Amino acid sequence: MLFYRSDPFRALAEFQRALDTHRGSDWLGARTMASGAYPPINIFRKGEDYVAIVELPGVDKADLDIEAKDNVIRLSGRKTPSYPEKASTHRRERVFGTFDRTISVPVKIDEGKLKAEYRDGILALFIPRAEEDKPRKIEVA
Amino acid sequence: MNESNELQVQNKKELESASETTVQARYFVPPADISETDEELTVVLEMPGVARDSVSADIENDKLTIEGRLDFTKYEGFEPVYTEYNIGHFKRSFVLSNKINQDKISADLNDGVLIVKLPKAEAVKPRKISVN
Repeated sequence: MLFYRSDPFRALAEFQRALDTHRGSDWLGARTMASGAYPPINIFRKGEDYVAIVELPGVDKADLDIEAKDNVIRLSGRKTPSYPEKASTHRRERVFGTFDRTISVPVKIDEGKLKAEYRDGILALFIPRAEEDKPRKIEVA
Repeated sequence: MNESNELQVQNKKELESASETTVQARYFVPPADISETDEELTVVLEMPGVARDSVSADIENDKLTIEGRLDFTKYEGFEPVYTEYNIGHFKRSFVLSNKINQDKISADLNDGVLIVKLPKAEAVKPRKISVN
């Protein structure tokens, strides 16, 4: 991904366009029937590995469960409001409840090295590609 | 509220009247919860990916404007392969019907949720009137 450091607005617009281009791409193939389920997920390639970025604002880390087996990753948890309910309400637009979503990625993953980070309401899953699954450069003799 | 509710995807709403720029980067409208007590108005906004030092809130002519800027340089070197949502800065304005004590506005951002507390100005707090 190219970044125009001199013009952050332009860089963001370009990146937004790139994100649109891959909207609902067939990268996950027919393996994931849960498309459109909560929480929304974006998947990126970074070098030889993959990163899934999930928007999950307002979820307590303790209420978030991540499981991985083979190439299947399961995200489940709950999002609960933490308001004192004595106030009178003007607007309620945020949604609360439980979620359970499973994705299976079309690459072999090194599940032992899968890493998750939750910061500023964003869950980042670092999905390392298994060594044996990485493309090998073939020398031409 | 039914706690066992299964969460549904809330499509991100794009801001329609962001100020004009030469290259139009899209802004999003953060979902909001607003509540009121006798003392204050509380505005809660979801802005995933926005760090604490990238939020601004100001009031001008009784209009509260909150902006959260996303540090998208974190995405450098990320090549999208499959996406379900777009990213961008957040911006939203509300016209306030109460007079607010501007000096006492406080904001707190945790896990992508911004809580802005707007204490009402003394003059507009309801006064108890005793009947003789």
